[in-house]
Amino acid sequence: MLRGWTMSKWTRRAFLTTSAIAGGGVLIGVAMRPGNQVKDLAEKIGTGGGKLVHTYVKIGEDNVVTAMIPHSEMGQGVHTALGQMLAEELEADWDQVNVEEAPALGEYANYSLGRTYLLTGIDFPKILIPSIDGAMMGVADSLDMQITGGSMSVRTSGILSMRVAGAATREMLERAAADAWGVPADEVIAEQSFLVHGRSSRKEPFSAFVNEVAVMTPSYTPAFKKPEDYKIVGQFVPRRDIPSKVDGSAKFAMDVNLPGMLYATVLRSPVPGGKVVSMEDKDARNVEGVHDVLVIPSASYSTMVGGFTAGETVAVVADSYWSANKALRQITVQWSEVGYETVSSETIFSQFDKDISAETERQVDVSLGDADAIFAGAAKVIDADYNVPFLAHTCMEPLNATADVRDGQAEIWVGCQNPLGFRRAVADSLGLDPEKVKLHNHVMGGGFGRKSVPDYALQVAHISSVVGAPVQLIWSREEDVRQDFYRPAVKSRFRAAFDQEDNLIGWSNTYTNKNEPVEAPLIPYSVSAQDIGYVSSPTHVPFGAWRSVDHSQHGFFTESFIDEAAHAAKKDPFEFRANLLNNKPRHLAVLSKVADEAQWSDPLPAGRGRGISLQESFGSIVAQVVEVTVTNGKIAVDRVVAAIDPGLAVAPDGLSAQIESGIIYGLTAAMHGEISIEKGAVVQGNFNDYQSIRMDDSPTIETHIINSGHDIGGAGEPGTPGIAPAVANAVFDATGIRVRLLPLNNFDLNYLVEEDGVAS
Amino acid sequence: MSTSFFINGIERSVDVDPSKPLLWVIREQLFLSGTKFGCGIGQCGACTVHLDGQAIRSCLTPISSVEGKEVTTIEGLSSASGELHPVQQAWVEHQVPQCGYCQSGQIMAATALLARSPKPTDGEIDSALKGNICRCGMYGRIRTAIKSVDVANTDEKLFYNVAGVDHV
Repeated sequence: MLRGWTMSKWTRRAFLTTSAIAGGGVLIGVAMRPGNQVKDLAEKIGTGGGKLVHTYVKIGEDNVVTAMIPHSEMGQGVHTALGQMLAEELEADWDQVNVEEAPALGEYANYSLGRTYLLTGIDFPKILIPSIDGAMMGVADSLDMQITGGSMSVRTSGILSMRVAGAATREMLERAAADAWGVPADEVIAEQSFLVHGRSSRKEPFSAFVNEVAVMTPSYTPAFKKPEDYKIVGQFVPRRDIPSKVDGSAKFAMDVNLPGMLYATVLRSPVPGGKVVSMEDKDARNVEGVHDVLVIPSASYSTMVGGFTAGETVAVVADSYWSANKALRQITVQWSEVGYETVSSETIFSQFDKDISAETERQVDVSLGDADAIFAGAAKVIDADYNVPFLAHTCMEPLNATADVRDGQAEIWVGCQNPLGFRRAVADSLGLDPEKVKLHNHVMGGGFGRKSVPDYALQVAHISSVVGAPVQLIWSREEDVRQDFYRPAVKSRFRAAFDQEDNLIGWSNTYTNKNEPVEAPLIPYSVSAQDIGYVSSPTHVPFGAWRSVDHSQHGFFTESFIDEAAHAAKKDPFEFRANLLNNKPRHLAVLSKVADEAQWSDPLPAGRGRGISLQESFGSIVAQVVEVTVTNGKIAVDRVVAAIDPGLAVAPDGLSAQIESGIIYGLTAAMHGEISIEKGAVVQGNFNDYQSIRMDDSPTIETHIINSGHDIGGAGEPGTPGIAPAVANAVFDATGIRVRLLPLNNFDLNYLVEEDGVAS
Repeated sequence: MSTSFFINGIERSVDVDPSKPLLWVIREQLFLSGTKFGCGIGQCGACTVHLDGQAIRSCLTPISSVEGKEVTTIEGLSSASGELHPVQQAWVEHQVPQCGYCQSGQIMAATALLARSPKPTDGEIDSALKGNICRCGMYGRIRTAIKSVDVANTDEKLFYNVAGVDHV
């Protein structure tokens, strides 16, 4: 069903975001380098936390197990969830397990993500796994992938690395104990971080056998526990990072303080790609505490993930961020013209309209039935255009990084979504061997995709190399908003065809500019004739993966237009969807669950409305029902009920928190989010003009989890796509007004009622 | 120019530009990194601390204006023995933080609210916390955690600290 999207269509972003294609699944297998990696690796990572007995497992003399987690923590709770998966198969006592982020070393490249992407849906015989894994590790290593994104960590590293590491280590421990005790290996069992031989009443801690285990070769294909025997996975366990996040002790990258450290802040060309023609910096240099003003050259970095192109950047170095920022604001820069100075949001959307109408380089995602004939012979056809604007990520923590580049070596402190990739990028930019670059990754104050692009790390590396001292670079919030890599603006044009009985028989959609995941614009509904495709309509505004990536727009588009189709067919929006899900029992179960929990059929008073949505993304299926109140044209979102089928919730409370988080992130975009372009540059600059949902406009959220037993799906992103359409559908239910442009707060619904009842 | 004030009960003197914001003095001169920079214009609340028991935005507060006053940061909420403040305990109990970057500010705003209104209404929570953005969207958990704090049965000293007079 999917066409035109093969390896030849890889982009830099593909690895970050592309997930199991709809209908496919995560390969069951292993993700280990062949042989015993422990000896060399142990020398590189040091002895803290105990003896390394497996790439992902350390065991201390105190019998504390440390799980080495090859993913970044940006709030999603993945360190705890992956630790649970390892501890479960290891039969460790969870109270005696620590989690630690694995360092930026090639041994921890998460090639399982690459393999899942490359091999999705292809079931290789078990015998091939070591050679496939060996080859894939080479691929990942050379790509320096240590990526956290695409809601992939649990379903790739969790399944293919942590679970395997836990089980393989348990088997080695059991074998070592059996050898030491002179008993058959199958009579020794691991239990709560101890090895037990029942017949002889022997019991010793894991720590007694670490020397023996460290020289064993771990299995690729250990035996796994049955899900019904899980004691840690699927249970509520408190997140390990939370205590440090309530007392101020968690160390974010900005909390690094080095002896002799200077502070820097930057201003990159407002129109992407610009260079400094001239600069008046005399006043800036006179600000007390300022050390230097310099220009960072244009940067272009090409890689599978996080590649970017950026113009020149003015940097101020001072003894305080505050002084640097004060000075920067006194610099007048004349930027070169790059040819985009007449571009605005308006011209971009006109261009989209023109390219969709002209079918410019149109590529087909889905072609089912004879759509042309169906539309030509339809009893009724409806059509609509939908638009969404550019969006910035606005992580709470503005971009920052610290570098000490001296004597042919570099040390970098940063919070990022790809530590190995950042290390490589910094090394390349400085002309150093990656071995000469030591990268310390920190917990991030949000990531959402932004911190996969290493532009900020390259900036600070350059500044430090010029001034010859450790430097902490902090971006102002204005720079953070204006120099993002943005969720693209997108336009989508729909038509739906109905027969005499108001059955939906045709679905046509042409949208601008495809990214990933490939399946984002697809619909789960059984419509016999479908024509879904995209046109090429490039803009100069830099693209970035933004939480749920293409699902963030297509969720709004498709789930709004299917609602329009339901109303055109004079059917209840829930019933209409449910009737088109006869071949999708999981989707139907999720949709039915949310309708039930939200009391879908109960009437609401005038001025209130309910909307529903359904979206599969990143391997999880999410349905949402939203209740709104519209008063004097203003929308209040009162309540959101969500149901998710993630296959299996590894950390149920963590999953609920991620769904809540995804919903609020998507609701911010739905209600407030708009990055607009004027004269080629971003207009907005801070939380005053790029607003966020706050306490007083946040709804209550209830999350219901269905553990269906299918392959484990993602958690971080699947909550985001369905909120905007559910809100827009609820607004229609409350007011009869169909909003086809986001953000919703741009509309005065009172005014529009008097106009034509359609806000588009 | 030198400014003297109390930070978490300890008197400190700093010799900086009097217009330098309290936030950057806390982070760059006093090396207390729990108070965060988020926007620099008083829009996000990540830098919230207490000034004589009131929640304020330290990014907009010139250091000269705190002369002689009591500043409490997130590091000053826990007791000297490291026992968490009841509000911090509620944050753990309800698993509030995700990325955690805004949470020092959220906790300081919530603690100031509870010190003056032990059983806050939803409206009071809205107005006291709406200046604190959480991009991870944990507003529901923050509200639940605030309501769970049993101020009436809490050691008075813990909220007394927040009022900023325990050094007297």
